[in-house]
Amino acid sequence: MLRWLLEPGLFANPSVRTALVVGAVVAVVSAVAGIFTVLRGQSFAGHALTDVATAGGAGASLAGVAPLVGFIGGGVVGAGAMDVIGVQRVKGRDIATGVVLGAATGLAALFLYLSTTHSSATGTTQSILFGSIFTVQSSTVPEVAVLSAVVLLTLAAIGRPLLLSSVSPELASARGVHLRTIGLTFMVVLAVSVGLSAIVIGSILSTALLIGPPASALKLVRRFGAGVTLAIGLGLVATLLGIVLAYDSYYWSSSHRGLPVSFFVVVVVVAEFVLSSLIFRWRRARVPVVVHVVVADHPEGWH
Amino acid sequence: MTNAWISGTIVAVLAGAVGFFVVLRGASFPAHAIPNGAFAGAAGANLLGINPLFGLVSFAVMAALGIGVTSRRTRNDVATALSLVLMLALGAAFLTLSTQYEPAINALLFGEILGVSSSEILPVVVLGVCCIVALVVLFRPLVFTSVTPELAEARGLNNTLIETLFLVVLALSTALTVPVVGALLTFSLMIGPPAAARLMSSRPSRAIALSIGLALLTVWLSIAGSYTFNLPIGFFVGTLGAVLFLGARLWGSRRARSLRLVIA
Repeated sequence: MLRWLLEPGLFANPSVRTALVVGAVVAVVSAVAGIFTVLRGQSFAGHALTDVATAGGAGASLAGVAPLVGFIGGGVVGAGAMDVIGVQRVKGRDIATGVVLGAATGLAALFLYLSTTHSSATGTTQSILFGSIFTVQSSTVPEVAVLSAVVLLTLAAIGRPLLLSSVSPELASARGVHLRTIGLTFMVVLAVSVGLSAIVIGSILSTALLIGPPASALKLVRRFGAGVTLAIGLGLVATLLGIVLAYDSYYWSSSHRGLPVSFFVVVVVVAEFVLSSLIFRWRRARVPVVVHVVVADHPEGWH
Repeated sequence: MTNAWISGTIVAVLAGAVGFFVVLRGASFPAHAIPNGAFAGAAGANLLGINPLFGLVSFAVMAALGIGVTSRRTRNDVATALSLVLMLALGAAFLTLSTQYEPAINALLFGEILGVSSSEILPVVVLGVCCIVALVVLFRPLVFTSVTPELAEARGLNNTLIETLFLVVLALSTALTVPVVGALLTFSLMIGPPAAARLMSSRPSRAIALSIGLALLTVWLSIAGSYTFNLPIGFFVGTLGAVLFLGARLWGSRRARSLRLVIA
């Protein structure tokens, strides 16, 4: 069984080992930041920041600056711009995110065009957009670890007021929480986390790991601590299983053309979400009290 | 070059009209996700060797239905995010399997308006007219369900049905726009000009007209800029959209200040 799942030489391969370590770190950070993102209904901003960070990365590679600086700098500037335009107000949030995202993709188009015509480096666009965890250099592991620790510590520090302001802004405001400050701090932390995961695993996986595992966990458990733990677990399973399957897929066809890691991780993430939605519906059907609440939410189903 | 002007004009009218409802309904995230789904469809069609328009239309409509159906049970933004990553992951897999040449992928992502051929214009016109007709028919229920969803529901309008129909129209117009301005910039064109137009007028009919006008201005200036400076059209579309929005915002706040002065 194990021989069938794990192809020979999996753990002997250094780029696979780096991928597993970096993937695990990013999965944990994304799950923790993602719980707040899903609770606050900021999935769009969480996704948009990956594209904004990508534009920053493309700009950095054009200017000859380290890509990590570009990714994180781009994300933080984007988060600030969204805040200025009005990400705090629920009504204007969608537009603010959209306008910043639109401008960032325009800039990305310019930077990528200039960098491909000047250096003729093929594959830049694809590697920036889709990422490849197998090409992560082991020298970036310490930087990734330090930034991940910064994100996790900041979230731990602002965790309580942030949770309260996400669930009930009025109550938080009454308790003396400054909503704008806490919201902006969260956006900056989110930008760092997303920039980090976008450079390591690409923008598709960054969004998948940020939203998928936390949304699945929130369907299954009610307590916050349990939700965070479960989200981390689901994120780790998806990442590690995805990496192993991608490595194996190289041996599936005779042409030896492996499928990308992002494909497998996303498939596992979506499968987890579908499964937890089914469990949620099955449980809800068995507990009459919850059914009552749901019926009250949807008057058209109440006959 | 004539083809670029014709297809660009159709796309701008369509994006301006659809974009008004995107902004009104707060549907920016689906408007970003669906073009990316369409991109995956084009990559898949390329792999199978069929007309990319089939791939674009089928994947865009699938993404729209996926978001519409899942949103009933899950939070809208979560459903959209997961549909988006699933489509992109499929696109990434298709690209790996086919021996695609990178400039072709760049063209799908960032658009290549100068490469539109005459045979591509007819389907753009036909589908574009269909979308405009659908918007005209849906105009009243769309505005009604956007402004007061509870009241619309009480009057017997099915919000979910309207939302899903709207997403399908969005998907069809997206499928037309992607080959012209690219998957990433289709979104910019549907957000920047309409958001600016909404800031400038609160009357729906006037705001739609303004939105179409600003979208046309954006596309025409972008084609001219792209041709003159030999830079990707996406750069002009993306930045002009943001510039228009910021301009409308500044204009709006100045007008509000002068009104306040008049009242004082």
